[in-house]
Amino acid sequence: MKKYIHYFEVIYNTQLNTDYYLLKLFTEEDLPAIFPAQFVEVRIDGAPNTFLRRPISIHDVNYEKNTITLLIRIAGEGTAILSSIKSGEYLNLIYPLGNSFTMPDSDRILLIGGGCGVAPMLYAAKYFMQFGITPTFLLGYRNKESILRPEKFAKYGNVFYTTEDGSFGEKGNVLNHSLLNNEEISFEKIYACGPEPMLKALSDLAISRKIECEVSLENLMACGIGACLCCVQNTDQGHKCVCTEGPVFNVKNLIW
Amino acid sequence: MVNLNIDFNGLKLKNPILTASGTFGYGTEFSDFIDLNRLGGFIVKGTTLHHREGNPYPRMAETASGMLNAVGLQNKGVEVFCKSIYPEIKDYNTNILVNVSGSVVEDYVSTAEMINELENIPAIELNISCPNVKEGGMAFGTSCASAEEVVKAVRKVYKKHLMVKLSPNVTDIVSIAKSVELQGADSVSLVNTFLGMAIDAKTRKPKLSTVTGGLSGPAIKPIALRMVWQVAKAVNIPVCGLGGIMNADDVIEFMLAGASCVQIGTANFIEPDITIKILEGIEHYCRKFGVKDINDLIGALDS
Repeated sequence: MKKYIHYFEVIYNTQLNTDYYLLKLFTEEDLPAIFPAQFVEVRIDGAPNTFLRRPISIHDVNYEKNTITLLIRIAGEGTAILSSIKSGEYLNLIYPLGNSFTMPDSDRILLIGGGCGVAPMLYAAKYFMQFGITPTFLLGYRNKESILRPEKFAKYGNVFYTTEDGSFGEKGNVLNHSLLNNEEISFEKIYACGPEPMLKALSDLAISRKIECEVSLENLMACGIGACLCCVQNTDQGHKCVCTEGPVFNVKNLIW
Repeated sequence: MVNLNIDFNGLKLKNPILTASGTFGYGTEFSDFIDLNRLGGFIVKGTTLHHREGNPYPRMAETASGMLNAVGLQNKGVEVFCKSIYPEIKDYNTNILVNVSGSVVEDYVSTAEMINELENIPAIELNISCPNVKEGGMAFGTSCASAEEVVKAVRKVYKKHLMVKLSPNVTDIVSIAKSVELQGADSVSLVNTFLGMAIDAKTRKPKLSTVTGGLSGPAIKPIALRMVWQVAKAVNIPVCGLGGIMNADDVIEFMLAGASCVQIGTANFIEPDITIKILEGIEHYCRKFGVKDINDLIGALDS
């Protein structure tokens, strides 16, 4: 799949809560086909101490309006600079990068996101919906205040929540949710993105219950195009680049 | 019209821009972004006799104006290169160099012998300076005796242009450069990465699985430039300069310091089309300052 370097104009940059920003970006170029869990590498201009691009997953795509949307969590200096960008300014992106979630055979699918890991799940649901598939979401947050874009997610499927303090949805993390602990509810396939401990625990659960499970990983990377070999993940076929051979892996192939 | 052609001790370069091994994959990773045929050359990933999985993740840490890597020469081995990768890249109209590394002298020799048979590979870059492997690599490049030993052995079997990539992690890089010249190297490239480390203050853990790694990027440029200047004055073979080059002015600086050509490394990670932008920047510089032949810049430092 061909990769592009394009400039995007910032349409808006909205603060969602203390840690998260929503960036909507427009390009005059035609958008290439974008698949769920693919990501962009954003160049951070004007950062005194960082110079590598930042890999950010694609949260939403609008082909009619030639826009893509990114959900940004402030994790360090690079993302802090991104959070301060204003509408009308430009960002340089390399995209679309990485492989993607594979198509399911039925709509008995569960999209699980933990924290920032909810980002790719919105576009995944929108993408699957074109094929008549309505997914179920299970989204985990710290507390009620940290829940991101609940109305938007509700447009694309049934949404279930967990919060660590129990202030919304079920108390605990996504692994504790009754959806995953009820023998009468079965899913054909689980797609997940989030912190590594969550993904590992989910992987164990999926393997023991013989449910297909794909996870999108967020390993540190430099180039995003398979040149630096920094973002490798150990698999049953040796080291694989998360940027080009991932970010999506079937959990049965992962050694972690 | 500016002449950008350089005769690099028999290696004909259409311009001084090459790419650094380990930052450019096998070239094809960049073909969406640039026309590879426009480069003076590209140097493919460090290749060893046997397949190597490299070091465990994490292998990268961003630092101020630079990055550390500890990839550890992950590659599929020279046989896979010759059978599967070479046929895919051999017809590019540019110089394709293979970076050759090893753990013992015999491995370097066997690998170089196999690359010698590849018609469209006009040169190898002998890597005696990788800081990220336990055995071999930099160990060969940090003493004159071991550098001489490996270059001498490879020179016997490798008939084309032999470039030797030097480590900056030495007390006297000039003496190493002279040693490899004496053993028949056709050119030297410098510098490889500087040994460094990064620590996460919150967790008290090293940021790399190997604790230490190789520092690259603009942070190292002034030191690399100084080493190129020292070596270029001391040897009679040409020098390929690298270390933190981000733009056309950086290239001009390396050439003024004595480099006949350069390699672009870490900058490829941020701007995959940076090589062509730099090439156009060099043409612009030459027109602006009335330089008719790029060769006139080599070692032309006004000091």
